[in-house]
Amino acid sequence: MADLPDPPQSAATRVVGARPVRPDGAAKADGSAAYVDDLAIEGLWHGATLRSERPRARFAVDTSALAGSGVVCLTAADVPGRNRIALIADDWPVLADGETNHVGEALALVAAPSRAAAFAALGELRVTYEDLPAEVDLDAALAGSARELAACAVDHGDVEAGLSAAAHVVEATYETAHQEHAYIEPQGMIALPGPDSAVEVVGSLQCPYYVHHALVSLLGCEPDAVRVRQAVTGGGFGGKEDYPDLIAAHAVLLAARAGRPVKLVYDRREDMLATTRRHPSRVRHRTGVDAEGKLVAVDIDVLLDGGAYTTLSPVVLSRAVLHAAGPYACPNVRIRGRVLATHTATNGAFRGFGAPQTQFAAERQMDRVARVLGLDPLAIRERNAYRPGDVTPTGQVLDESASALQCLAEAERRTGFRARWQALEAERSRALDDGRPRAGIGLSLCWHGVGFTGNGERRMESPVAVRLERGGRLAVLAASTDIGQGTETVLAQIAAEAAGVPFEAVEVAPPDTALVPDSGPTVASRTVMVVGGILERAAGELARRVREGAPGLPFAAAGDAWLAEHGPLEVVERYADDGTEFDEETYRGVAYAVHGWGADVVEASVDPDTLIARTERATLVCDVGKVIHPLLCAGQVEGGSLQAFGWGHLEAARVTGGRLEQGSFSTYTIPTTLDAPAMETVLLEHPGGSGPRGAKGVGEIPMDGGAPALAAAIENAVGIAATRIPATPEVLFEAREAGDDDG
Amino acid sequence: MGERSTFLLNGEEVVREGDPMARLLDVLREQRRLTGTKEGCGEGECGSCTVLLDGEVVCSCLVPIVQVDGREVRTVEGLAGDEAHAALSSLLVREGGVQCGACTPGVVVTLRALLERDPRPTRARVREALAGNLCRCTGYEGILRAVAALVGRKERP
Repeated sequence: MADLPDPPQSAATRVVGARPVRPDGAAKADGSAAYVDDLAIEGLWHGATLRSERPRARFAVDTSALAGSGVVCLTAADVPGRNRIALIADDWPVLADGETNHVGEALALVAAPSRAAAFAALGELRVTYEDLPAEVDLDAALAGSARELAACAVDHGDVEAGLSAAAHVVEATYETAHQEHAYIEPQGMIALPGPDSAVEVVGSLQCPYYVHHALVSLLGCEPDAVRVRQAVTGGGFGGKEDYPDLIAAHAVLLAARAGRPVKLVYDRREDMLATTRRHPSRVRHRTGVDAEGKLVAVDIDVLLDGGAYTTLSPVVLSRAVLHAAGPYACPNVRIRGRVLATHTATNGAFRGFGAPQTQFAAERQMDRVARVLGLDPLAIRERNAYRPGDVTPTGQVLDESASALQCLAEAERRTGFRARWQALEAERSRALDDGRPRAGIGLSLCWHGVGFTGNGERRMESPVAVRLERGGRLAVLAASTDIGQGTETVLAQIAAEAAGVPFEAVEVAPPDTALVPDSGPTVASRTVMVVGGILERAAGELARRVREGAPGLPFAAAGDAWLAEHGPLEVVERYADDGTEFDEETYRGVAYAVHGWGADVVEASVDPDTLIARTERATLVCDVGKVIHPLLCAGQVEGGSLQAFGWGHLEAARVTGGRLEQGSFSTYTIPTTLDAPAMETVLLEHPGGSGPRGAKGVGEIPMDGGAPALAAAIENAVGIAATRIPATPEVLFEAREAGDDDG
Repeated sequence: MGERSTFLLNGEEVVREGDPMARLLDVLREQRRLTGTKEGCGEGECGSCTVLLDGEVVCSCLVPIVQVDGREVRTVEGLAGDEAHAALSSLLVREGGVQCGACTPGVVVTLRALLERDPRPTRARVREALAGNLCRCTGYEGILRAVAALVGRKERP
């Protein structure tokens, strides 16, 4: 456990860079914060979901036992209009209709006056299945229909020419498994029917306007007839980005039929079985280097398992492919990406959004190439890491904030990585068979594009509003949700800094579609940079108008004078087009407005007999552009990194025959205090992009580097190069037996 | 018809009739409206439902109400009123030990029990005590920093 880093030194600010106390903290610590399952609502009924037990089958549900019971029961036939959740593709049913495509899919819904009665009613339903051939993993999909949910490609230079000119060509394939979000609060939603078929939902969610869009489309109603509010939300990590659309749809349909409020709260098993997970990946690299270890050509195939329906897979793939070559300059790059459908629960958004999968492969491949050349892991990265002015595979020229080398230098300075890695390599070759734990150290370097890929932000033109209140107070109106990260706090800081008012003078409105504009979803590390950047302009503009109206007066008096003279003042700003372009067909152009950069050093110990690995220490260097709140920023790095270590060696989610074997926290083990390493977080500031004071976002990059650095440390300790994560003892044992080691 | 259980809840006597196998967690949340005790897994793995039973840390999702008869239960609400809570809560928030908050009441209850017994626990002791409280947001660093700060402050005269 290390002390928090000192606030980094850069351009002077007053509120940005300070550590105001998060306003929601005390209520969370004394238990009074109200999450969706804590809300007391008069006349509330409870919903429950009948789920498929087969990966692929025709089915029929016999509901006759519930006739006359007073219990509400709905099947696909009761869904109004098109039985689809409106997202990217039009393939995700609200309720499966006659054919199910994964275990855990919703087949029918019930609602009853109590939770016990609802579950008793589920037990009365009879389902008959007629099994159909199922493709339950990537191997089965490749051997079978290989149905593509998405595909994309990047081409840069001449890869075949580059490979034939290379001094060495190194080939390997890497795999990553499902990961469960494991937010501590399971998913849940309450729907409250209003007058004139209006409906309100309140729930655990990241993106109120995604839910709003899905419900308006489902009900075929006017946008004003649907109101979506976020309850205090107990973690998201991407898991509450897309899936709440479906739960909200279910709750709304039940509430409409019951004519009263209905709550659907999942239990842990149901949440793990039915909701989205991280896409499993298989990534093949062919890497050509010259004799000095400079990359001359890389050829990468990215394959993702999308699960049953498309949901967000095309966007996840896009980010996976755009990060697949890692933060390294190379003149000849070919990347091919595909998402294949399988008959498993849909895979969706998860912190990092495809980039952790492909960067695990890229980082382990760099270590493999380094071994072929006799270089150490730091040397090969220093030789190839992007510098400002370098050109990415899409043709994007990197700006001055490309800080890969600074991240590496800081990691080396803090840890003495190179010397220790070399010493441990030498020690391993001398190691006695004495059963004592072996120490290892590993390094990773990562980048992460901030905000939506390509033209996403341009298309959305997100608005953010700031309203002047009496007494010089400001209200921030944005749809960004606080799911733990501290959004409410950092948005208030950004507005206060821009307007030149104290932090305490700013209030952030609750994410409620009746109150705030659609400033876009809380995803893609975009809240600080994109929403915060727009907010910075809006708050600055509002303050300028108020101060110009009454020069010399204190802001509070000037504000009240404005309100008295002109009436209400609300300033709305939108995302400003930066003039760059990205061609979504050819994948040429500026893929991301700016990138965050990070270097992780992980120290692990591995028992040579059991192959159980422990993360002992982690040094996490992260360039975030500008630190808005040092504590909250470090919190993202610490929490994201532990999630990455869990994915790297603990969180085994095996899907066998289309069924997840781990449906609980007893069998799916996320890191506890005893698994967490001591962490030192180092925040660097290389400002760039349109964010407030050059802030670049931090939500996802901590997920990128942890797993490859840990796998590298295991290799340094026991000589087993795991090409597959989680690197459980079983996986390491198999890798050793397969001879894929040099120990 | 159910069995009657009588117990002390946050210092107040409670008489409850009903299913003797009802989970203490449900009795707290649904009948007593004490929703600071959260359900994260329902099988004693995550620690979000941690309460004190005669001063011992237990997962209230695993305790049938019949076992509580004649005993004392303290929930986060019952612990939150005093100075010890104010000090712990303030440090948890200030050191980054609170993010989404779903695990926080359980963490608070566990730490109160630990600090009651051992006002200056070692780092290893804190990690061991918290091993049954899963947190997915903080990487535990902020929680450990908060306890270190609390203990450090007590070390000073």
